[in-house]
Amino acid sequence: MSDAAAQKQKRPALGQFGTVLWDVASRPSGAIGLALVLGHIILALISPWLVSYDFRSMDSSLILEGPSAEHWLGSDHLGRDILSRVLQGGRVALLVTGIATPIALLWGGVTGVLLGLIGGRADEVAMRIVDAFLSIPGVLPLLVLVTIFGTGNEVMIPTLAFFYGIPVIRVIRAATHDVVARDFVLAARARGHSRLSIVWRELLPNVRDAMMVEGAMRWSWMLLAFSSLSFLGFGVSPPTPDWGLMISDARAYMPLAPWGVLAPVIALSSLIIGINLTADALAKAMGIDRARKAVV
Amino acid sequence: MARPIIDIRNLSVGFTGRAGRTLPVLRNVDLRVCRGESIGIVGESGSGKSTLALASMGFLKQGLRVIEGSVCFNGEDMFARKLNQLEAIRGGQLGLIPQNSGQSLTPTMRIGAQMAEALELHCTLEKDAYRDRTIKLLSQVRLPDPEAIITRFPHELSGGQQQRVAIAMALAGEPDALLLDEPTTGLDVTTQAHILELLQDLARDRNMAMIYVSHDLGVIARACERVMVMYAGEAVLQGPTAEVLKDPAHPYARALLASIPRLCDPHLPVALDGRPPPPGGSGPGCAFAPRCALADDQCRAARPELLDAGGGSQARCLRHAQSHELTAGGAGSDPLHHRPDGAPALVLDDLSISYAAPGLLDRLFGGGGMGVPTVDDITITIASGETLGLVGESGSGKSTILKAVAGLLPPSGGTIGVGDGNALPEMVEQRRPQQLRRIQMIFQNPDDSLNPRHTVAEILAQPLRLYDGLSGKALTDRSVEILETVRLGAHYMDRLPGQLSGGEKQRVAIARAFAAEPEIVLCDEITSALDVSVQAAMLELLNEFKKMKDTTYVFVSHDLAVVRALSDRVAVLYQGRLCEIGPTEKVYGQQSHPYTSVLLNAVLEPDPDAAPNLMAEDVVELSPPARGCPFQRRCTRKQGSICENETPPWRETGGGHAIRCHIPLEEL
Repeated sequence: MSDAAAQKQKRPALGQFGTVLWDVASRPSGAIGLALVLGHIILALISPWLVSYDFRSMDSSLILEGPSAEHWLGSDHLGRDILSRVLQGGRVALLVTGIATPIALLWGGVTGVLLGLIGGRADEVAMRIVDAFLSIPGVLPLLVLVTIFGTGNEVMIPTLAFFYGIPVIRVIRAATHDVVARDFVLAARARGHSRLSIVWRELLPNVRDAMMVEGAMRWSWMLLAFSSLSFLGFGVSPPTPDWGLMISDARAYMPLAPWGVLAPVIALSSLIIGINLTADALAKAMGIDRARKAVV
Repeated sequence: MARPIIDIRNLSVGFTGRAGRTLPVLRNVDLRVCRGESIGIVGESGSGKSTLALASMGFLKQGLRVIEGSVCFNGEDMFARKLNQLEAIRGGQLGLIPQNSGQSLTPTMRIGAQMAEALELHCTLEKDAYRDRTIKLLSQVRLPDPEAIITRFPHELSGGQQQRVAIAMALAGEPDALLLDEPTTGLDVTTQAHILELLQDLARDRNMAMIYVSHDLGVIARACERVMVMYAGEAVLQGPTAEVLKDPAHPYARALLASIPRLCDPHLPVALDGRPPPPGGSGPGCAFAPRCALADDQCRAARPELLDAGGGSQARCLRHAQSHELTAGGAGSDPLHHRPDGAPALVLDDLSISYAAPGLLDRLFGGGGMGVPTVDDITITIASGETLGLVGESGSGKSTILKAVAGLLPPSGGTIGVGDGNALPEMVEQRRPQQLRRIQMIFQNPDDSLNPRHTVAEILAQPLRLYDGLSGKALTDRSVEILETVRLGAHYMDRLPGQLSGGEKQRVAIARAFAAEPEIVLCDEITSALDVSVQAAMLELLNEFKKMKDTTYVFVSHDLAVVRALSDRVAVLYQGRLCEIGPTEKVYGQQSHPYTSVLLNAVLEPDPDAAPNLMAEDVVELSPPARGCPFQRRCTRKQGSICENETPPWRETGGGHAIRCHIPLEEL
């Protein structure tokens, strides 16, 4: 038996998903990435009980104060506690993107699989439309929609989900094409399985990998776009804190109070780096899983 | 002895395993090749033969490193050189011809431009001279009409032509030595023989050293003077080809020879049980000891050295003297044969198939072949329990017929009937479950036909749920039962295909087909992606199922020896038309269709005395002729205009053997 197979047997039964997750966590990049992402999620969940200051409360005695025992990350130009605002900003960013990413994956994935299966003229036309969308710089259409419909979460989530679902279509359609051409699909057809059962049992398990990696990538892009919008002043409206908005506000005071910029920048980039590292490790784990062969 | 051009001394190559141990892939290999010499390296997949060949170019796959030893080319240490110095040698003085040259050619570049790239790197000619040189090289590899070839794209050429272009590119740098990694694997028998002949002539004319890497002993027998047999990263036997292939002095080499089906041998080949150890997995003793019939305590105690085994060969075996008593072929079990007079199981009546949508051939060669059907006029009745072999070159329509029977391609004419006399609905979607379960298909490559995301349990559950509605414990019990019939245990149930070896995967695929309790099993080149030793085991397995269940097989293969081993009757196809059909021994016998003779004569047998007799050119025909005999354009015995205009008559020789040819029987 091969080394890998032997090792696999020693492991407790984790199921396929568990095995992949285990593989991700056992790579250095995956471990760091997962720790960063999980850290952010946990902080966002428990932050209401962590901070002792209201993120809205202003204190004129505290304008642009440096880090201190009371205010660990200092305070901003309106005398608000930066730590509280960074933590609250994380909650908003994770909430919006955390809902929008699954929606983007779902609609992009379903469309992609359908196009991959249908093929022919409809597929051609749809893909040219996708191409057209992809050729527009990302933030522009977001800006237009947000300007028209406002900046509430109920606008941000569907907007982000729609635009970030489009590249998913392309990736999932390509993955579907690859799988459909393979003999196990032909074998299932020859046995006489129904179309739905072929899609469900033969196709989806093989598209799932691409979907997971794609999801992680889209999530990080979406976070960046969300913060960019706020940075440009089109995102969430003050006083709700957001990392992009905080960076934009604090930028003017950077020589006086660099912590005001650094804190949200570090928060945003650590989350994005974490997601990207996880996505990388995930791709590797699944890529290797796919190519892993027993020594003959 | 002349100074060797490739000099590998005591080379060990390995990688670091998960536990931090160094796992060897090559162990203390010595290889010396002089100019004008040709050496064959044989072994199963995973034996380290490709690693050795690539190492002689100073190249190791990622993760591998040299543990000890050296590789010298023309007296220079390859692993001590810098990359840019290596590049001057690779492709220049030392050419590589990869296994699948179709994939190694850039699809978007014309042949002329690709050749020019090779010339630019490895010769000193002026740019204006490239064209002439390219044409000269292409004509040296005997490509017809080189002026036209340089304007073509790779996909417009046949596999054999692509291989010739790859050879021409390797020759561009005027190499002193050529490395050939499975140079003819995947090519038709006729093409294979032509390519090998070309390579031998080139080697002679240019006094090149040649290293052939192959799992096919037939190729080695034809092309090499010396052979090195590899097992688990070691050279276990080396010596002159005649000596090694006739009476090998190593138990592994004998078992390998015995596992090859032969044209002249009506027995099934003998399967080699067990599997080679993984890297680092062999104990302190001989790596082959666990599978060896002669092994004793002494063999398991310490690794044997290469010992002189007489006749100029060396064997890494303490028992090499006794090994000559082991069988090396012709001792397999008898295949079960049925007379084709039972009740009919499958009736193909005047079947013809056209590709409506651009099919593979159209995509390969451009242009539509709509006028003449791809497969035409196929009338065969297959008796229950009979095995029908379908043979022919690629593009002969063998797989197309199977797909039509399985309901995956609509026939354009004729009917497919089953035992009860009723015609089957054309497409699989229209067939009733009872009709579906009767016909099961096994595909060529289990890597492709098993869903990589399904465990073995899920794979076997598919037909059982679909046809028998099993679930829960009944499903598990039945799956385990089926697994055991293909000699895999219950512990395989939770494995994914990626965790199985090639042979185990194909066993699972066979198990899946038999789980439906079919009457007819369609086998589409099911052994061609497997090692020879594994292939023998698959043939035995099919034979056992035939004994147990009286299954009817339609067995498609381009390997005539494999078909011979298993089939009761053989049908020879050319361009989708039947040329000859009859009992196996008659088709492989004296009287045969000119095309069958071409095929049979081109087969490379692992016998150094048997030279293939190349009768017809290996030209590829784009589509069958509209009238007359399909083989007219390549036939060496063409009778004149009658062959071009009239469809040849069936000539019966008796015993159900019929040949479709204008030549009278007495002269065939």
